Amino acid sequence: MTKNAIYTIETNQPIANDVFAMRLAGPTGALVAPGQFVNILLNGFYLRRPISVCDWDEAGMLLIYKILGKGTAQMATMQPGQTLNLLTGLGNGFTVSAATGKPTVLVGGGVGVPPLFSLAKQLITAGNIPEVVLGFRSSGDVFYAEEFAKLGCKVHLATEDGTAGTKGFVTTALQDMAYDYYYTCGPNAMLQAVHALSAQKGAAGQLSFEERMGCGFGACMGCSCHTQVGPKRVCVDGPVFTSEEVVFA
Amino acid sequence: MPDISTTLSGIPLPNPVIPASGTFGFGYEMASWYDINVLGGIALKGTTQNARFGNPTPRIAECASGMLNAVGLQNPGVEAVIAEELPKLRRVYSGLAIANISGFGIEEYVYTAKKFDEDDTAAILEVNVSCPNVQHGGMAFGTSPGAAAAVTAAVKKEVKKPVYIKLSPNVTDIAEVALACEEAGADGLVLINTLLGMRIHPRTGKPIVSIGSCGFSGPAIKPVALRMVYDVCKVVNIPVIGVGGIATADDVLEFVSAGASAVQVGSQNLVDPFACPKIIEELPKVMQQYGITSLNSIKGRAHT
Repeated sequence: MTKNAIYTIETNQPIANDVFAMRLAGPTGALVAPGQFVNILLNGFYLRRPISVCDWDEAGMLLIYKILGKGTAQMATMQPGQTLNLLTGLGNGFTVSAATGKPTVLVGGGVGVPPLFSLAKQLITAGNIPEVVLGFRSSGDVFYAEEFAKLGCKVHLATEDGTAGTKGFVTTALQDMAYDYYYTCGPNAMLQAVHALSAQKGAAGQLSFEERMGCGFGACMGCSCHTQVGPKRVCVDGPVFTSEEVVFA
Repeated sequence: MPDISTTLSGIPLPNPVIPASGTFGFGYEMASWYDINVLGGIALKGTTQNARFGNPTPRIAECASGMLNAVGLQNPGVEAVIAEELPKLRRVYSGLAIANISGFGIEEYVYTAKKFDEDDTAAILEVNVSCPNVQHGGMAFGTSPGAAAAVTAAVKKEVKKPVYIKLSPNVTDIAEVALACEEAGADGLVLINTLLGMRIHPRTGKPIVSIGSCGFSGPAIKPVALRMVYDVCKVVNIPVIGVGGIATADDVLEFVSAGASAVQVGSQNLVDPFACPKIIEELPKVMQQYGITSLNSIKGRAHT
């Protein structure tokens, strides 16, 4: 169930190049699955900023975002104690039960990594410890590798320039891995490569997409995508789609 | 309390606030936020004869106090709308529904309008002759008084329900188009649709929205919309629904003062899903503050 509420910033700290972790205090009852997102109203900007939820508890939520434009740059200057107007509980999120009993891998690229964190925690609670593949451009962009390791996940790191972990893309690391089910979030080209490689391995999974949005709750049809079963809205029918239903242009 | 009720072609509305087509889905999707029966009416998602995906993404961009969209009339086609979407709306909503009809030729407008005319859900047919997103589409009709009048007359001849023509602002003299539609039998007018706008990425030099030029809306366009509503209300005798950048109760009073019988709220629904119920709640309070007893008493007062 979607909800509109005011949140107070508790912390807002850089954790990698242009990447910030913001902890917000406020109601989280609307969040029902990892991979859901919030839509944030910022002073001086007309449209909200959709940001995926990294983790949450009863008292608040953790957002990890990258400075990609003026809106997120403004967010990065905000101080503890300041407030934000959020729409929460947006999107379908990942279905944890789909991976039950299957060797599972989580594949994240850049700011696609955060929603996989609460997913990993829920998979582990369900008795399924996933392996994790994280891809970044360079060592200065890396975040959350240690946090996934602390959960008990085996972490495979890849950077495009080879300054941390394996040199190459997530698929370079994923190539030699054995798994039956996958969850992935990141740039479209990465999703497509992970989808293709996993299909060769006979693995099914769930992919979380990103698109420019008007509303974030299904009213404007600004973020529609094609799927095997017709047009879908990334914001409410997604952002997570199954490997069977996705269509890459 | 001040009287905020109004009427459109003899249909009573509890208040003048109607979510604009394309910003509110088919209505029922918004029922998870609040009881949509508080609305004055709902203008449904633009519908065409055949299913359309619309334009490629990205089809949304932000600008100062507004936004661009190039959705391009995504809809499942009129048969699917009537069979699958409208029953879902009727389960949660009993107020005025306005069907929004687009087409690529006069025959298509008539086909789609007849389907909505035969169904019980919508009480008013809003004919979009102004959507700027579709090549060879509504644009051509809305930019010419003769073509707009031809669509109006063709639809009017085939349907029983009131026909409102939604006008394009991308013309030199909107009053001329409005008069042509009135003379062709239009029961009302809705204005304005989106202006044409564009944004270009400063680094790449490429348009941000896939098709480049597309629809510009939001509070930034309110003065343009208000001026056009004023100009049209000066010359026509049919009801006008004002739309363009409306976000507050004060905005509603401006449009009613210019002569509008009701208003539509568009982009603001996307930023704040509670925009319409907030305006409806604020309106009588603001009127009381200004000593206004009824909307009807101030309609068109800017002209005197």
